[in-house]
Order: sequence, then structure tokens, then C-alpha cells
Amino acid sequence: MESSVAASATRIAVQVEDVGMIFTRDGKQTLVLDNINLEVGEGEFVCLLGPSGCGKSTLLNIMAGFLSPTSGTVRVGGEVVQGPDPRRIVVFQERGVFPWLTVEENIGFGLAALDRKERQHRINHYVGMVGLKGFENSYPSDLSGGMKQRLEVARALAVNPDMLLLDEPFGALDSITRLTMRRELLRIWEAERKTILFVTHDIDEAVQLADRVVVMSARPATIQQIVTIDIPHPRDLSSPRYLELRDGIFQQIGLAHHV
Amino acid sequence: MNSLATPARWERIVLPLLVLLACLALWYFSVRWTKTRVFPSPFEVGKGIKELMHKQVLWGDIIDSLRRVAIGFGTAAILGVPLGLILGWYPAANQVVNPLLQILRPISPLAWIPVTILLFGIGDHAATSLIFLGAFFPIVVACIDGVSNVPAVYRRAGRNFGLTPVQLLLRVVFPAALPQIIVGLRIALGIAWLVVVAAEMVAVDSGLGYLVIDSRNSGKRYDLVVAAMLLIGIIGLCLDLFIRSVEHFKSVRWGFRHDS
Repeated sequence: MESSVAASATRIAVQVEDVGMIFTRDGKQTLVLDNINLEVGEGEFVCLLGPSGCGKSTLLNIMAGFLSPTSGTVRVGGEVVQGPDPRRIVVFQERGVFPWLTVEENIGFGLAALDRKERQHRINHYVGMVGLKGFENSYPSDLSGGMKQRLEVARALAVNPDMLLLDEPFGALDSITRLTMRRELLRIWEAERKTILFVTHDIDEAVQLADRVVVMSARPATIQQIVTIDIPHPRDLSSPRYLELRDGIFQQIGLAHHV
Repeated sequence: MNSLATPARWERIVLPLLVLLACLALWYFSVRWTKTRVFPSPFEVGKGIKELMHKQVLWGDIIDSLRRVAIGFGTAAILGVPLGLILGWYPAANQVVNPLLQILRPISPLAWIPVTILLFGIGDHAATSLIFLGAFFPIVVACIDGVSNVPAVYRRAGRNFGLTPVQLLLRVVFPAALPQIIVGLRIALGIAWLVVVAAEMVAVDSGLGYLVIDSRNSGKRYDLVVAAMLLIGIIGLCLDLFIRSVEHFKSVRWGFRHDS
């Protein structure tokens, strides 16, 4: 097992220790995660990359506190994760925004404890940050897929979490919107410096975004390799180093790089 | 949508009117050809409606019927919605209560007539409690279904923002289930309007249902019977249109398919 300390030796945000997960359905046991060890540094952008259904979303849900692992522990900021917490917000693949609330009300959802003025200030700030100015009073059903996903990111950021957990957030978008959304997410990450864990099955997406890519095997998921992407942002997608890293992961996953 | 499949505006108004006129014509000629002396023609019914309008009792009857529906349906909604939400929220509680609900639900409210008269005597309470029984079960069942159909992703998002269970129920589960709850209320209001007429035929001596049965019993005035029936239909339609307008509120619109 490769040691996996954060590249920039900052403080550790997440520690995953010997995590295993077994699902029991109809009396049959399925091993989904096997012996996962991972450390993520504060402010780091880490992609969990693996084939569909390999269990990477399960790992994310364990880190979020929605599931408790069968064995092992997850620590965030030194504390063992016991349940969901507003300090780490999950952005779901699709339709996580509340359709009965306007854009403003969605962003303000987690801000009930703030006084009105402060809440409005935060809402305005994040409406602007994700480029939804002019849509404050629109309902999600009037927004495009990309706008809905930006809205969900804004709702997550508004509560000022330490960490964002994104579960294939751009999977349902068309490829052009997806590229724009990646650029937007990087811009927001550079502005806010949250720790980001990003689940994807898209190799290009992982290499474009992450500081480190955690390559996971098919079920039961184990960590095959952790690849450090040592290219500064903005990344040139035709640079030799980019292609080298990407092709390395393609080979690791066992895919011939031809169609 | 295909432009061939969407009818033009004038077609949407004119075609239904034609169907209506055709029915009236069929009715008129059936009465003439059979030479019946008992069943009224559309013109006689029209005169009957006029006659009812001039008598002050009609408005009193309409108001009585609407009042009974408002009380019976209102009580059913006030008790049924919270009960349905709680049963949907706690599947364990639902498992305990569900068999009882499933047995009571298929009993026609009309079968309760003897029991309600036994309990409340002839009068308003018997009628409103029948309406309550007719409306209560559809509302409870719609709320249970609505809550259990709330996508897990909304609950997770709500929990993620640190909501307590009560906040989760009020701020996430209820609004997410609201479109389905409104559908349940709409069905229940339709049933309430059906039941009030039946209840008024046996349990009280006012209201539109009483008007129907009284017109027949006192002098076989079938023109007034049919006139009252038509009024019942029109008011029922208005009630339905009223509750459907709720579906257009923006915070529930997402849950309905609207062709606009």
C-alpha cells in the first residue's frame, strides 16, 4: 500500500483508516470497500476515480456520515465521523436542489440561524459567485442542468463548510457544460480553498481537476494507486505532462487508449 | 409538441360546446319522441332552474351544502394531513395502523349512514361526519404515499444541513410531498361533494341533496330534480377548478405537469 500523505504537507483534513464496507441484501453479503486507507490535506482537491458501481460513492457517503462503515474509521479534523454535519456538505449528482424553493431560498436553506441582514448578504455573495444574478427568484424548474448544479454548489458553500464532497456532480450535464463547470469549480476552489473530494468515473475530469487522483479498482473497491497531478492551473490539456499522466491512469485501469 | 397534436384555441372552446349541444339535442328529441309526460325536456328544466332561483330557498340550500362540505372536509384535512405525515414518517407506526386503514378505507361512506344517524341523530352532525369519513381516508393515504415517495436525496441534503427531525419534516418532507398531498385533497373534495348530496337525502332537511329528494316526493317535480342535479354538477366543477388553481402556486408547480 502506497503511503498517501498530502502532497503539500499541510494539516490533515480527512483520515480514512482501514475502512471496509459490506452490504447485506437478501441474506447475501457483498464486499463493497476493502481496506481503504487515505489521507487528505486541508485545502486539497482529491478525485476518487473508478469504474461505475465500484463503491467510490459509498466511500464518499461514509466520509459524509450518511453510512457507517462495517470496519475501520473515518476522522475529519481528528474527530471520528458519527453522522452528517454542515461542516462537510455533499453535492449530489443531480436534483439535490429543492424544487419548492427559489434560487435565493435554496442558497439560504442552511442559513436559518443567521440574522436576516447577514443571510441576505451571504445569499447575494454566492448568487454572484456561481453566476446566477438575475435568477434569484426563479425556481429550479426554470433553470438549466448546469445552473441547477451551480445552485447546489452555492447552497453548499453558503454555510461555509470546511469540505465539499461532490458525487459525480457533472455526470448528467452535456460535455460542453461539463467543461465550463470544471473551470467554474476550480475558480471557486481557488477563491475559497475548501478541501474538495470529488467522485468521478471520468479520467479526463480527474486529471484536469485534482491535486491527486485516487484510482480505485472494480468491486470490491481497493485503492490501486494514488497519482499526484503536478501541473499548475490553468492546465494545458495538450501538454505532454497532462497526456502522460492521463495515459498512465488509462493503463492502470486497464483500458487501451483507442476507440 | 407537434403542432398537429395541439388543438387551436377556438377548437378547445367550440368542440366541447358542440358535444354539449349534441347531448342537449339528444335529450330534447328523446323526450319528444317517447312522448313521456314524467321526464322533463331541457326547456322545462331551464324553467325549473329559473323557478328555483326566484325562490329564496335555493341559496339557502347551496349554502347549507357548502357549509357541510367545508366542515366535514376541513376537519378531515386538519386531522388527516398531520396523521398521514406522521404515519409516512414513521414506517413502524404505519405498519401498526395500516391494516385498520385498509379495512376502513373501502367501506363506502354511505354504509356509515345508519351508524352516524344512530350516533348523532338526524341532523347536521350526521351529514358532516359522513363527509368527514368520505374525505379522511383518501387524505391520509395520499399523505403517507407522498411522504414515502420523497426522494432520499432531499432527506440527505436536509440532514446534511444539520436539521433536527422535526425541522426535516417541516422544511423538507412536507414541501416535497405537498404536490401529492394536494392531489389527495382534490380527490377527497370530490368525494365530499358526492357524499354531501347522499347525506342530505337521508339525514337532514336542507341542502341540494334534500332539494333533489324533496322535489320528487312533493309532487313529482322532475323538472326541479334535474335542475338541482345540474346545479350540483356545476358547483362540483367549480370546487374542482378552485382546488386545481392551488396547483399553480409556484412552490408546488414543479410537482405537476402543466402544458404551458
